[in-house]
Amino acid sequence: MINQLSWKVGGQQGEGIESTGEIFAIALNRMGYYLYGYRHFSSRIKGGHTNNKIRVSTTEVRSISDDLDILVAFDQETIDVNYQELHSKGVILADSKFNPKKPEDTEASLYAVPFTEIATQLGTSLMKNMVAIGATSAVLDLDIHVFEVVVREIFGKKGDKVVAKNMEAIQAGFDYMKEQMDANVPTMVLEKADGKRRMYMIGNDAIALGALAAGCRFMAAYPITPASDIMEYLIKKLPALGGTVIQTEDEIAACTMTIGASYGGVRAITASSGPGLSLKMEAIGLAGITETPLVIVDTQRGGPSTGLPTKQEQSDLMAMIYGTHGEIPKIVMAPSTVQEAFYDTAEAFNLAEEYQCPVIVLSDLQLSLGKQTVEPLDASKVEIRRGKLVTEELPEIENKGYFKRYEVTEDGVSPRTIPGMKNGIHHVTGVEHAETGKPSESAPNRIAQMDKRFRKVENIRFNTPVYKNAPHEEADLLIVGFNSTRGAIEEAMTRLEKDGLKANHAQIRLIHPFPTDEVLPLVRSAKKVIVVENNATGQLANIMKMNVGYAEKITKYLKYDGNPFLPHEVHSKCKELF
Amino acid sequence: MATFKDFRNDVKPNWCPGCGDFSVQAAMQRAAANVGLVPENLAVVSGIGCSGRISGYINSYGFHGIHGRSLPIAQGVKMANRDLTVIASGGDGDGYAIGMGHTIHAIRRNIDITYIVMDNQIYGLTKGQTSPRSAVGFKTKSTPMGSIEQSISPMEMALTVGATFVAQSFSTDLKDLTALIEAGINHKGFALINVFSPCVTYNKVNTYDWFKENLTKLSDVEGYDASNRENAMQTLMKHNGLVTGLIYQNTERQSYQELLTGYSEEPLVDSDLNLDQAHFDKLVAEFM
Repeated sequence: MINQLSWKVGGQQGEGIESTGEIFAIALNRMGYYLYGYRHFSSRIKGGHTNNKIRVSTTEVRSISDDLDILVAFDQETIDVNYQELHSKGVILADSKFNPKKPEDTEASLYAVPFTEIATQLGTSLMKNMVAIGATSAVLDLDIHVFEVVVREIFGKKGDKVVAKNMEAIQAGFDYMKEQMDANVPTMVLEKADGKRRMYMIGNDAIALGALAAGCRFMAAYPITPASDIMEYLIKKLPALGGTVIQTEDEIAACTMTIGASYGGVRAITASSGPGLSLKMEAIGLAGITETPLVIVDTQRGGPSTGLPTKQEQSDLMAMIYGTHGEIPKIVMAPSTVQEAFYDTAEAFNLAEEYQCPVIVLSDLQLSLGKQTVEPLDASKVEIRRGKLVTEELPEIENKGYFKRYEVTEDGVSPRTIPGMKNGIHHVTGVEHAETGKPSESAPNRIAQMDKRFRKVENIRFNTPVYKNAPHEEADLLIVGFNSTRGAIEEAMTRLEKDGLKANHAQIRLIHPFPTDEVLPLVRSAKKVIVVENNATGQLANIMKMNVGYAEKITKYLKYDGNPFLPHEVHSKCKELF
Repeated sequence: MATFKDFRNDVKPNWCPGCGDFSVQAAMQRAAANVGLVPENLAVVSGIGCSGRISGYINSYGFHGIHGRSLPIAQGVKMANRDLTVIASGGDGDGYAIGMGHTIHAIRRNIDITYIVMDNQIYGLTKGQTSPRSAVGFKTKSTPMGSIEQSISPMEMALTVGATFVAQSFSTDLKDLTALIEAGINHKGFALINVFSPCVTYNKVNTYDWFKENLTKLSDVEGYDASNRENAMQTLMKHNGLVTGLIYQNTERQSYQELLTGYSEEPLVDSDLNLDQAHFDKLVAEFM
């Protein structure tokens, strides 16, 4: 019996690789297993190697696994590119159609299964994916009936006959493989799961759901990988709530339209990735100086420019903190799990209104697109706080004076009126302005308004700015990361503990303003600090050195080849330090 | 009832004496009063440039944004609150150069707002460079040998991208301009009004006198029918774009908001932010 399994299906893009993985994963998720899926794909629609690696476990997992148990291959390239991940008892299930060859330097076993041939005999070669699922089930000794409901959900629209045919294909794959397997073939039988129904979703789904839970009713966005899922989800769901998504002509329009809607009083969002964020920068400055709440999602991908558009990277950190010319208060949060992506996005709307400034929800491709099993999300935990939004009737203003929208206050936050409110008229401008919003170039006013704006985020209230797993008062090592590196770090931690090393872990959830008070004690009490990040310059490490100091203690572990960290990589890098 | 005086504030415009924008401001204030608005239900969004300052000179909600982006901001405001009257405004550089993409797409989208472009064929605030509206041969600081780029014809452009309301005016024709702005506000969809608003400091070619000499009022064109797009295009071409009045209006095409599925009849800004548990549970179930 095993409590964890790693399965990968690969082939040419456009061949149904994704849906094969999807059917397999949904069925196992329904059985109560925890899944973690990560797709390797290219920036094209048809052709090119693609694969979907799915980890199945009886406990929660948040990282790709180091190795591989089963590789389902629809072409030789899939074998050649991925076989090295297979451990010695691993199994390759390959379509006999391409006459698969097993590389010499692997102990894994290869089975040529006539995926295409069986499918064609049953009616259409398209069902080769189903045959592969059947063959996988044989190796896992899975009851193929677990797939029936999923197959019905996906193909039900096409009629009972199609459903029956697809089930037949699964059965045929199962039967064929069972016959091939002799006593020597390792059967990988998974421990029984708890049978609980849990959500199976990508980070982008959670971000969109978090926005809905927070009362977001408007989105303006421009399509971009890996952020488009957010707009695609919201355009399906917002009309039922009276709201909508506008696909704008460009990223600048997306950001400024969101600013307009937010100024108009509606909770609004825009989402993009690096190139889009670069284009939004001027508008972010506008939101900063006009103190308009603004929620922006940045799902990081490989940069700069078009970079590696379908690959993992975490290199927008500095741009998100400092981006826009001039200086504005800004909040940058970085959820590290799908759950956090939900709650943090919802909270972003509160912070944007409470501090009247841009709030960037930073994600990365692995978190945004990695599909995983998620413990229940609790909508009742989502608060709606609108800060100093004026709700009561306002007294008449004498002599057509303006409402003091930018009143200099102790906490820096001024009361906010929105268009339509009687006696709330004021001017909003990206020009430096006085308390009523009227332009002013006076030096004392400039200082008063700049100071007021920065005062707002001095004492920002954020529930958990750092996720901490710090069992040791005095640690040998502190591992620091942000966003999706959490899973790999957590697994590395477990292994380090077994090695007898005292390791603490801090995953930074509030990137800016940096939670120095939370991080400093952890750094101070650790002999060494390693910052694990998917970029080439060590942006988080540098931010830590700036804010926390202890530069001599801090080492960087950087990976910028487009792939997420694997647990064993983090583990061995940490061990190297000692 | 509010009068045009209610739309005045105490800010003194920083435009040059004689600038065409003064009259545009007055026309906007009169039109707002004439259509029965109260100041708090009007939002004026403007871009950057001399004319962009207009949102600060009118007693209403005003948003002075960034260069070229008045339209997306204005559309966002309108989407948030469909009960507001939203007027976007700016210069020809703002709307036809840096913001041209937004102009075309706002026209296509047909959200119910009014866009007033103060067209002076030059960049004024940056002290005299060529604009996309400058004529070929026009000498400026950035085109000392004369502009060699073709001038944009915004009215023809608007007609080709599906505009439902296209009008042009001259800033000194206060009465006509006021009436056009009223018609633009009342139009159910996107209304583009291009206003020749002379720059007395940097444009010594397209002066008040030059316009008086060269403009043709559509009311003087016999049998002009503003519902005929083909005829509108021909008339524009015949007069080299130098006509004033309502050029084209399509009252049949529905606005973006009217066509949008599910869009709240009530202003979105008034909707309940709380997502009820049953609704949330339904959304969650789709992922299980």
